[in-house]
Amino acid sequence: MSTTTRSAIPMPPAAAKALVAAGGLATAASTFVHWTWTSEFPGDLTVDGYPGGLQILTLVAGLLTALFALPLYHVKGTRWLSPAGPEAAALVLAAGAFATTWFTLIAISYELGGVANLEPGGYLAGLASLLPLLGALGLPREATAERWQSTGNPAAALRFAVSKLVGTRPDQRPAAPLNRWVEVLIIIAAAAIGLTVFTYGITTEYGELFIGFLILAAFGAWALMRGGLIAQLTAINARHRGTTTAAAFAAAAAFPFTQSDDHFASVGVNILIFATVALGLNVVVGLAGLLDLGYVAFLGVGAYAAALVSGSSSSPVGVHFPFWAAALTGMAAALVFGVVIGAPTLRLRGDYLAIVTLGFGEIFRIAVNSLDGISGPKVTNGPNGIRNIPDLDILGFNFGAEHSFGSFTLGRFANYFLLMLLVTAFVVVIFSRANDSRIGRAWVAIREDETAAQAMGINGFKLKLLAFALGAALAGLAGTVMAHVSYSVVPDPYQFAGPVPPNSAFLVAAVVLGGMGTISGPLLGATLLYLIPEKLVFLKNYQLLVFGIALVLLMRVRPEGLIANRRAQLEFHEDAADAEPPVTDEPVLTKAGA
Amino acid sequence: MTTSTVPAQRPADQAPGTPILEATGVIMRFGGLTAVNNVDLTVNSGEIVGLIGPNGAGKTTFFNCLTGLYVPTEGTVRYKGTVLPPKPHLVTQAGIARTFQNIRLFANMTVLENVLVGRHTRTKEGLFSAILRGPGYRRAEAESRERAMELLAFCGLDHKAEHLARNLPYGEQRKLEIARALASDPGLLLLDEPTAGMNPQETRAAEELVFAIRDKGIAILVIEHDMRFIFNLCDRTAVLVQGQKIVEGDRETVQNDERVITAYLGAPLEGATEAAAATEAPAASTDPSTEDDQ
Ligand SMILES: Nc1ncnc2c1ncn2[C@@H]1O[C@H](COP(=O)(O)OP(=O)(O)OP(=O)(O)O)[C@@H](O)[C@H]1O
Ligand SMILES: [Mg+2]
Repeated sequence: MSTTTRSAIPMPPAAAKALVAAGGLATAASTFVHWTWTSEFPGDLTVDGYPGGLQILTLVAGLLTALFALPLYHVKGTRWLSPAGPEAAALVLAAGAFATTWFTLIAISYELGGVANLEPGGYLAGLASLLPLLGALGLPREATAERWQSTGNPAAALRFAVSKLVGTRPDQRPAAPLNRWVEVLIIIAAAAIGLTVFTYGITTEYGELFIGFLILAAFGAWALMRGGLIAQLTAINARHRGTTTAAAFAAAAAFPFTQSDDHFASVGVNILIFATVALGLNVVVGLAGLLDLGYVAFLGVGAYAAALVSGSSSSPVGVHFPFWAAALTGMAAALVFGVVIGAPTLRLRGDYLAIVTLGFGEIFRIAVNSLDGISGPKVTNGPNGIRNIPDLDILGFNFGAEHSFGSFTLGRFANYFLLMLLVTAFVVVIFSRANDSRIGRAWVAIREDETAAQAMGINGFKLKLLAFALGAALAGLAGTVMAHVSYSVVPDPYQFAGPVPPNSAFLVAAVVLGGMGTISGPLLGATLLYLIPEKLVFLKNYQLLVFGIALVLLMRVRPEGLIANRRAQLEFHEDAADAEPPVTDEPVLTKAGA
Repeated sequence: MTTSTVPAQRPADQAPGTPILEATGVIMRFGGLTAVNNVDLTVNSGEIVGLIGPNGAGKTTFFNCLTGLYVPTEGTVRYKGTVLPPKPHLVTQAGIARTFQNIRLFANMTVLENVLVGRHTRTKEGLFSAILRGPGYRRAEAESRERAMELLAFCGLDHKAEHLARNLPYGEQRKLEIARALASDPGLLLLDEPTAGMNPQETRAAEELVFAIRDKGIAILVIEHDMRFIFNLCDRTAVLVQGQKIVEGDRETVQNDERVITAYLGAPLEGATEAAAATEAPAASTDPSTEDDQ
């Protein structure tokens, strides 16, 4: 490799570095003056002296940029921030600071009706955020230069630069393990940071702030990935799987304690339900490779089953099961439903299976709509659903009431959040153990090549049915909690596609977007897919459109999903002969007479 | 050591060992096309049997009939005396394993995982024991891994256990397919063009591997276009032309048969040493897609 370096914008390296660091600080500083004159724009950006609303995001972005400029100066003890190369991380963060700031400025001008609404502070921020970006573009970048020289074609160089930037992982040697306790501390710190970021995102109070948060979070994650910190963390997590899982769940369990308002706990519990169902779907789609477009019906079966045995006054079944029995009932009902649907349909492959499952999903919704005593037997009360589902009471702990623990008060939704977290943990354990077993390997084999899997002795039909049944049972379990959380069970949410989760299309999107076959992927994907429609209500009818475009873009940039599969990570091992196509169909025998 | 053991037209009567695979009157029709026409074939224990023929002769189709991927229109296939059910997984369970002409590995699984999948029929741990992870489960899993690593070492792939199958060079993918097939502890191994696309050194290595497998007591039925490979290895060779078995026998019988020469070999071959010449043409024409490796 030649060491000739060239930058996108020619400038002396010292100046470029200085621009990044100083620009980052300047951006941060610009948030201490007011950007606009009226408090009509949400978050009140009219105050001097301290940042507010979206300015806080710019402040964080500016400070992060300055922080990640330190490794450029080889400041001792900052090398770990971007082990794979500080230039890329600095560039992405600078772009993040720029994007967050300019998003705010554009939002102000657009919503208040013109750039006249920007005060000098706003212009200052806009200019300040440009500086680190310019500086970062002036940093030497070897690979781009090389390509530039070899082709002499700027367009190709640009494409190459972009592909380098969005490339999934940097070329980086795994770092040597640290002291065990240091690594555990790092995991705990990462979980705490994760909780902070998550809590901030979930409690953003207006759409603009949430978009700004998404922009900053996306650029931040991207920068950490490009800088190689994520790879280090992944390696550390892999060495302490148990600790990582425990820390993640502890952080999640801490969430309701950070909330004084039960509203966000209700958002939290709904995210958990959605994410758990997505993880269940991941068994079917991610492991066994069966595209199930009617999966939400299993959630519905679980919810209806639990509602029927909940002792609700509108349930025609006059029993009141304790929760464990109701949960088992819901799981069993969903499992039976899964087997009944799966047995005839799983003989189909690919698109046909998808279409048939879509049909069955709709049949479920229409059926519960009709079991109202008029068009059919009275079981589900049709569109009115089963209402007044009583709150759970487990061992004397009433989930409907507020409980105080020291200075913390947990409301109704916080109680359910903690219960649902246990269910999620249960599903995570089942998923990870099933995945890493003879059965999980057989599922993946079927996904990869069903004919070859059968030739290896795998009973394809039986194992696909097993995946279907397990996925259904897990969704049914989540449904039993959902019935209690939402007081009532009605047919409407259990449809194929709709503007709000959960519906089958969103579930599949959560799995694919998050990363098929992974655990954290669907959890992350579901969180995003729940929060986006929840927070961006102002998009109204355009929601699905924007959403679709965003999905298409994401799949274009990162087809393996946000979280890459363990198997995808193995591409590290790629040899010089990289992945040559193994097809040699029918060698042509040119022998005379043949 | 390989050729010339059994000079016979009807080997089932005279060959050593007991018959383990008996295909009788196998016919496979696709609409109007009869791809396999009334083929009888017997493989005895400890034997290496070759199956040759021009492209489109129906060799792969015959394999598919043996392994349950196709249900033959007529005829029966017996393995160790019992009629095989036409379900691929039951055939593998019974003891027949195979490789594919166009490699069908589980591309996104690791090399080790591929072999572990091959162990599927010989292990029993279900979903519940996987979730509960009792001591029995752990033991079985450890044994499976140990056995899989043994097989990888046997095929010379143990150093690549954690690589993704799709990242292996071509020749190693073929080896991995064999290792995966061996993982089901078969009594009979069907190889569909195991050296297609290999260079001469790799082909020699593949020959050694096939002998080593035979020495483990596994009978082998192999389709090949590489004549030298076939004549070096096989105790007996059957020739399939347009779905029909026209000749079966040892090297001399096949090489000197008029019908085989006109239908397949194309030119008469003189004596043993010129077998190489026969190899040249098919080997050279086998495949352009494999310059990797070495
Ligand atoms: N599923 C199928 N449907 C219809 N025709 C088929 C099918 N499978 C194979 N055939 C036909 O059967 C004939 C035999 O094909 P087969 O693949 O068995 O040949 P082969 O002897 O393996 O040839 P090669 O040396 O090229 O591998 C061909 O004419 C092929 O087109
Ligand atoms: Mg063939």
